[in-house]
Amino acid sequence: MTKRKLWVFLAVFAVLFGVMFTACGDDNATTTAGEGATTTAASEGFTIGVSWNNYQEERWANWDEPAIVAAIEDAGGTYISSDAGSSEEQQITDVERLIADGADALIILAQDQTAILPAVESALNQGIPVVAYDRLIENPGALYITFDNVEVGRMQARAVYAVQPTGNYVMIKGNPADANADFLREGQGEVLADAIAAGDITIVAEEYTDNWDPAIAQTNMEQILTQQNNEVDAVVASNDGTAGGVIAALTAQGMAGLVPVSGQDGDAAALNRVALGTQTVSVWKDARDLGKAAGEAAVAMAQGTALEDVAGTVLFDSPGGNSMVSILLAPVPITQDNLQLVLDADWIDVDTLCQGVPAGTVDVCD
Amino acid sequence: MTQSSEATSGQDAGENRPGERRKRPIAAFLRATEIDARMLGMLVALAGIWILFHFLSGHTFLTPRNLWNLSVQTSAVAIMATGMVLVIVSRNIDLSVGALMSFVGVVMALVQVRFLPNLWGFDHPATWIITLIVGVVLGALAGGLQGVVIAYLAVPSFIVTLGGFMAWRGIAWVLSSGKTVAPLDTYFQLLGGGARGTIGGMWSWILGIAGCVGIVALIINRRRQRHKYGFPVRAIPVEITLGVISCGAVLVAIFWLNRYYMPDLLARQYAADHGIAWPETGLSISLGIAVPVLILIGVTLVMTFIATRLSFGRYVFAIGGNPEAAELSGIRTRWTIVKVFMLMGVLVAFAAAVQTARLNAAVGSLGELSELYVIAAAVIGGTSFSGGVGTIPGAVIGALVMQSLSSGMVLMGVENSVQKVVVGVVLVLAVTIDTIYRRRMQQ
Repeated sequence: MTKRKLWVFLAVFAVLFGVMFTACGDDNATTTAGEGATTTAASEGFTIGVSWNNYQEERWANWDEPAIVAAIEDAGGTYISSDAGSSEEQQITDVERLIADGADALIILAQDQTAILPAVESALNQGIPVVAYDRLIENPGALYITFDNVEVGRMQARAVYAVQPTGNYVMIKGNPADANADFLREGQGEVLADAIAAGDITIVAEEYTDNWDPAIAQTNMEQILTQQNNEVDAVVASNDGTAGGVIAALTAQGMAGLVPVSGQDGDAAALNRVALGTQTVSVWKDARDLGKAAGEAAVAMAQGTALEDVAGTVLFDSPGGNSMVSILLAPVPITQDNLQLVLDADWIDVDTLCQGVPAGTVDVCD
Repeated sequence: MTQSSEATSGQDAGENRPGERRKRPIAAFLRATEIDARMLGMLVALAGIWILFHFLSGHTFLTPRNLWNLSVQTSAVAIMATGMVLVIVSRNIDLSVGALMSFVGVVMALVQVRFLPNLWGFDHPATWIITLIVGVVLGALAGGLQGVVIAYLAVPSFIVTLGGFMAWRGIAWVLSSGKTVAPLDTYFQLLGGGARGTIGGMWSWILGIAGCVGIVALIINRRRQRHKYGFPVRAIPVEITLGVISCGAVLVAIFWLNRYYMPDLLARQYAADHGIAWPETGLSISLGIAVPVLILIGVTLVMTFIATRLSFGRYVFAIGGNPEAAELSGIRTRWTIVKVFMLMGVLVAFAAAVQTARLNAAVGSLGELSELYVIAAAVIGGTSFSGGVGTIPGAVIGALVMQSLSSGMVLMGVENSVQKVVVGVVLVLAVTIDTIYRRRMQQ
């Protein structure tokens, strides 16, 4: 290849790439403008500082931030924020700067739950309360707000059990390296324990799914179906991705829709499967509830409420051995009966939800 | 796999004929039949693993259904492993294949789910082929880009593809906004196998018989060529025995796979759709070879041809054997390396099509860690990191060994953590044996 050819090659590649990005990236471009560190001077009232670990992820800008802002501004406070761009070091600087800018309380979405500890401790020492948002920060002085993963597991098992209270169960668990996988399994086990003890339900197979990879869940499910000679009556899958793999394996045996399958996250593809009837439930964690709760808790603490007195808190024993004052929100199980909820919330549009659903089968799709 | 003797690369054929080893019967047997001992060893090891798993899994492993599953589950990694052989033979490495797979997979999914339906609606018969072409072109360009940086800018392939390993998946996440892209086009889904994505019992037999004819033709042609140029030929009985064994193996494989019938629930559906009364004993409709396996067979044949018969393939081996000598003998080494990486990208696109079609969805996490499985398959299959040595069918068998281990252990219900230990130990063990064997051969 001559030098000229080389440049032509690179140019062609660059152009194609550019075209692809502008074509595919449209819907993100507007939302992820990422103002970086915007600061509005706080002249009166109180100020809440939010430290995002990576604002580029679609979710935070679309769902969490508006809810936090609304909760703060409704109470007459001022919202300031910073974006660490996935850098632990940057986030420590961000926290210091938010304090310098007059934050009376902090909401921190930690990039790294250990690296952030010194910054959290320093804030607490200055009398500034801290909310650990969605991700645990192992300091008992902080308020931990998240969805209750054990409850998610209970909801998954309950929805499957409601459809199929007897028979052979398969448990498709999450990533073995993720503590949430075991929290989920714990909740699932609680619900099914009595039926298992009574001999109504037998767990015939149980597999972790490396990296929550749907393809691995699919392969595992194929092997389980082969081993059980298709005598599987229900599948408790721990999230929507693994549920997708399980359902692909069931489809190949003509069993999709006949065997209840659980999931969580409210993925568009999974909600579509719920409408189609191949997935029984997707436990949905509405990020706006999380944002609202965090905003309100931060406001309460900025106005002087003690950590223990914040409304709705419980004590949560963390993996690190701390007893954390926590708000554990209950998610919502979405089944074919309450699909209206995700539509009302603008979580998904009706075309995506109902793609391929035959008329007359699901109310919201007609 | 069927013509293991065909696939032996030039260097290996030489190793198998050291005159002083006449005393040992096995060596004499191998010399008479010209079978590559490493390939034979691998097949024996694979058979051993299968039989062991069959008993440990309660007589499930060797059932037609499980072997059919295994053939489909192996396809994606095996397709990529054939390309990885050439990459490693040329003294390079490609760590980016898993990430590139997610990038190409997500783009293909977006093309068929978001863009083409705007033109002509969902499930148009032209959608799948356009999607596949876009994927292949993108794979070739992405692979070629890495190849150009490696070959012309002389950046080590480890670093360039390590960059690709991070970057391609990042792009996949951005393009999909972290969401699952699904459901896919119904024609495209056939590329992934499943009960519909198969060629049926009859076509499987036709393919098997065609394969048999091909094997016989190859044996005869080889014999003629050798006569023509005055090379020694194998004894006639040996030729016949080899032909019968290879042919028999193909036909037995087809026979056994054809005994996997359409699942009952789908067969009932089929009977209802075609107005057939449901018989008491049930319908036994052979599914036959799955489409992804068909793609794998095609890729294996083409790649073997490229590696052993085309000047490009021989250049790759020459570069791997001695880069300086290759350069001095007039081979355009740098352009050859670029082509190797482009070819790898094309194969990644095929694997991405198979994997997404099978799952009926594309996600940013597609193919995570699969680069390691692909490299492991190539290495178990006898590809040497010192360059210049490796065979395409070997890599396919290597992929089959890896997948047999994980599928078999899931059948047995082995703990996830134990599975990883076993796969890791087998990988090192296989390569250790291979290395010792090779060293003995050199002495």
